[in-house]
Amino acid sequence: MSAGPTHVETDVLIIGSGGAGMYAAIEAARAGCSVLLADRSLIGRGGATVMAQMTVAVALGSETPDHWNFHYNDTLQAGRGLCDERLAQLLCEEGPACIREMEEWGIGWARKDGRITQAFAPGHDRPRCVYVDFLNTGPAVSKTLRGAVTRRKGIRKAGDLVIVDLVRDGGEITGAVAWHISTGATVTIAAKATIVATGGLTRLYRRNSASANMGGDGYALALRAGAPLVDMEFVQFFPIGHLAPRLIGMDPIMWDPFRYKLGGRLLNSEGEEFTARYGVNEEGRYVTTRDVATYAIVKEVEAGRGSPHGGAYLSFAHCSEAALRQAFGPVIDRLAKNQIDLTKMPIEVAPIAHYHMGGVLADERMATEVPGLFVAGEAVGGANGANRLSGNAITEALVFGRCAGRSAAERVKHMHTHSFGADAARRTLDVVAVSGEGNDLNTAAMIERLQATMADDVGPLRTEAKLKRALLAIDELTRELGERPMGDNKPFDLRRLEWFDLRNMLLVARTVTMSALARGESRGAHQREDLPVMLPQWRLNQVARLDSSGLALTPIPVVTQAAAQ
Amino acid sequence: MTSIAKLKIWRGDSADAGRWEHYEVPFEPGQSVLDALRWIRTTRDPSLAIRFSCINANACKECMIELDGTTVYACTARLAAREMTLTPLSNKRLVRDLVTEIGPPAERFVP
Repeated sequence: MSAGPTHVETDVLIIGSGGAGMYAAIEAARAGCSVLLADRSLIGRGGATVMAQMTVAVALGSETPDHWNFHYNDTLQAGRGLCDERLAQLLCEEGPACIREMEEWGIGWARKDGRITQAFAPGHDRPRCVYVDFLNTGPAVSKTLRGAVTRRKGIRKAGDLVIVDLVRDGGEITGAVAWHISTGATVTIAAKATIVATGGLTRLYRRNSASANMGGDGYALALRAGAPLVDMEFVQFFPIGHLAPRLIGMDPIMWDPFRYKLGGRLLNSEGEEFTARYGVNEEGRYVTTRDVATYAIVKEVEAGRGSPHGGAYLSFAHCSEAALRQAFGPVIDRLAKNQIDLTKMPIEVAPIAHYHMGGVLADERMATEVPGLFVAGEAVGGANGANRLSGNAITEALVFGRCAGRSAAERVKHMHTHSFGADAARRTLDVVAVSGEGNDLNTAAMIERLQATMADDVGPLRTEAKLKRALLAIDELTRELGERPMGDNKPFDLRRLEWFDLRNMLLVARTVTMSALARGESRGAHQREDLPVMLPQWRLNQVARLDSSGLALTPIPVVTQAAAQ
Repeated sequence: MTSIAKLKIWRGDSADAGRWEHYEVPFEPGQSVLDALRWIRTTRDPSLAIRFSCINANACKECMIELDGTTVYACTARLAAREMTLTPLSNKRLVRDLVTEIGPPAERFVP
């Protein structure tokens, strides 16, 4: 190891290279900024974007007339009264421009008779979701953006670089302290503007549909730097995540596209379509929103009508082999390799942690409360309220990424010099400098314990008793973790990485749990079995802040605006 | 029905100073080699270095290793009830254990 940290300077530091981070990089570079695009994994391959199988909601009106106002109304409706309406408007209004730009960059949205195809998804008033066949939307979005990033000058890519802390100096974010996984080197980064584009927190849960690197890093970075979070109690569970039989080489959320195209029937152990019991009569169509479907499946399992592995059955037995092959082409062969023949057998599905509605509090420029700190994509809180509409995640990654890149560039224009000072970074540098020798934690097992606690006690159905038990478990893990990072700090020291991950994950888990405990009602993705009713007085957002006395929650009114014209 | 896979894994942080470690991993038919590597880290030795991100979807393409001398994705190679030899990619620079430098040169950070 070298004597001191490596120091680099950039106009804009972007943390995370999923869809939001890459779009932000392109936009900032387009405005003439130098960009450091940092990712803890390989560039453009980790995170959630690459995992998205379909679809992208956008009011293109390519087949059916549409206007962003209709998409906006559906987004607010799905959000159960809690959407920040400025952010929801930004998402819906600028979506079409980003989708068209992606088309110019060669993504190849699925088309029929020359027009971009738009599928119908639950919660939308008309067919609105574009996609890339077959089950290829996320990989195609990532690949297209990687190409656009590579073609643009001024973007330096930095893989295997973990941001440990943002540096705050004189009330502004001046850069960050990082740790390079594949060498163990400490790195300091001076940046005139910083964009957190780290995605969500699904790794906090045992069964999840995103990458192992989605542990809520960005939320913890923002909190520790003094930027507040909002709506942290709202974790979206994807109702029909694959459960059984064991399926490899496919993402567990893969059944959604099948349902978009072919309907499919959700059945309990008695072969009954049960969603009608929870207020939605599907009859083979796919119309139940995610919060309701999740609730219905969990309740059926509790009532003893679950499938053998503890979920529900999803059946496509009504579809012919020809219909399945036409809709899904080579995917049918991948299923066959897993001994799955949909014409003969149902598969088992169950809710799986999928997306986080909460995130860093930001305005419609993607600026946080702390000057110099911007946010993009799933890391942003508020746009989707208490429940996200299907298809809005990639749209917000693109739109919010583009907006954050633009706003960061605007700030850089007015700054002549860097104001990074090593003194402000000292506390983090001291933590990173610690050798963990003699420290013998099993960090991998600790992460599994946290995931079990969150899944069992802070999952889709919550009670005061479960949430309090979760806080005790989080306290205990936090004590065990201690203040000293562990591992030997040789190249690719996963225990050391997991120590830093747990430092973030435990803070974020505490924020989710405290927010869930404080919200005295049930709404959207937050369901309290002991407080089962949605209450008008709870039409407010909870903001979490971290200061020297710990985490504190404050209610704020929902940001509304006169109905868009 | 639980079977046992016998994994023989190359460990080390320098290509000419490695060692073999042996692990017996219980598994259900259908499970992947990555499932086994994650199980070893949780229950036997968290210091085992592997590179992966998406776990199951074969989307991130980060978990490339050699299984019995053939390049595979650990997330799609299936466990079998026999001895399976796992080594880092032989045509890439070794970082540690099963991790090699697979990022394109233009995407690497050089401290």
